[in-house]
Amino acid sequence: MKPIQQFDAEALYGELARQINLALGHLDNVAVVGIYSGGAWLAERLVKDCHIEHPPGYIDVSFYRDDYAQKGLPPEVKPTNIPFNVDGATIILVDDVLYTGRTTRAAINELFDYGRPAQILLASLVDRGGRQLPYAADFVAQTLSLPANLSLQLTRETNAADVSQRESRLVLSLVDKDESTPTNN
Amino acid sequence: MHNPQLNQHGELQHLLTTEGLPKSIVNHILDTAESFVSIGNREVKKVPLMRGKSVFNLFFENSTRTRTTFEIASKRLSADVINLNIAASSTSKGETLLDTIDNLAAMHADMFVVRHAQSGVPYLIAKHLHDTKQNHVHVVNAGDGRHAHPTQGLLDMYTIRHYKKDFTQLRVAIVGDILHSRVARSDIHALTTLGVPEVRAIGPKTLLPGGLEQMGVRVFNDMDEGLKDVDVIITLRLQNERMSGALLPSAQEFFKSYGLTPERLALAKPDAIVMHPGPMNRGVEIDSAVADGPQAVILSQVTFGIAVRMAVMSILASN
Repeated sequence: MKPIQQFDAEALYGELARQINLALGHLDNVAVVGIYSGGAWLAERLVKDCHIEHPPGYIDVSFYRDDYAQKGLPPEVKPTNIPFNVDGATIILVDDVLYTGRTTRAAINELFDYGRPAQILLASLVDRGGRQLPYAADFVAQTLSLPANLSLQLTRETNAADVSQRESRLVLSLVDKDESTPTNN
Repeated sequence: MHNPQLNQHGELQHLLTTEGLPKSIVNHILDTAESFVSIGNREVKKVPLMRGKSVFNLFFENSTRTRTTFEIASKRLSADVINLNIAASSTSKGETLLDTIDNLAAMHADMFVVRHAQSGVPYLIAKHLHDTKQNHVHVVNAGDGRHAHPTQGLLDMYTIRHYKKDFTQLRVAIVGDILHSRVARSDIHALTTLGVPEVRAIGPKTLLPGGLEQMGVRVFNDMDEGLKDVDVIITLRLQNERMSGALLPSAQEFFKSYGLTPERLALAKPDAIVMHPGPMNRGVEIDSAVADGPQAVILSQVTFGIAVRMAVMSILASN
């Protein structure tokens, strides 16, 4: 699928990290949880770059999605892993793109099955509008308004010479879903 | 040939047997199960996938472990579980099996988990649901006669994959009463599908069914010879309740020739794992020292069984 436009995801990430760093001064017991797959990459980097005390958590919302009855389980479900005590924690929930809010709802529901967080804050590289549920991001690098047929996809390009994840570059592509088989985005 | 387990899109409609189950579906079940394993360690051991669905456990034959793990699996998926006490139900008053099914379907059942002493009963139910156009109802075979026990077969595959990672380099020995064992049949089909190059069947001639060689299985009557260099040993329960006639002199005699003792286990690879579908007869097919030893993974099988059944049910419920 040929992208219509590519965004400098590294610059967007830098802006997101800057906003989170600013807020960290008045937050305690902070942990970062990323939603697979794009949010997981971002969470991994945020924990390092913002010196978060807890290791990153990862969520696959497949078991909590509201469209399971229509779509079934995706071919690949990754295990959710929350390696810290959720009770009383301030959790920064990270997704690459904030759209309908349904993924956010599923992720928050799943987090509550691990315990009772003190606070959940939502971080996203891009808020593309189109919300169907009352969620708003606390940290967002860019706001866009996109028609429904367009989709934003975050990918990770790893330099062949250096396979360490830290060196991989994030790329955010805008694609037309009608031109190919639909993804679950 | 039409595979009654699959719907017209090639998706799993019922789980009746591991025979002819496409490798992609087996792997999808095992991969999905992996994500369910960790749910057992959480504060809230539940996901909302099957909220509002009703699962009917129809156990026409006794079972503790299988029925309980199906019940736990259903509950962890947030389904409502109804356990039917068949012995005290209408079938004992003369109602036919299919009338019972229609009545339960009229109560808006979404899934039947069926165990029966007669081979083929889950097929009969699946066919009836198809013929009466009740395709939204799914059937899981929880063991039918000597024929199949697919979720046990799949949880055995999950256990082997967990400990051995790669199926394509393995020697797997199935030991004991293979004649009466639906578990052995389900294991053999699944192992073959997943590409295990060598499956062995070990037991006395009277407890080995015909046709094993045609299934690609190497047959051994001598236990010591059969265990040499295997990676996985699946011991089976001696099924006294299904035996008619003099197939064996005695349980003690059986232990002497085919009981898995530490000495015999030493003939297998040093990192071989020992499995058993339960219930175990200590001192008949397995020595306590082996059953409680470091190579036994029998209790892990039980834990993995819940996750595998969750995977099967959640995949069925969405198709």
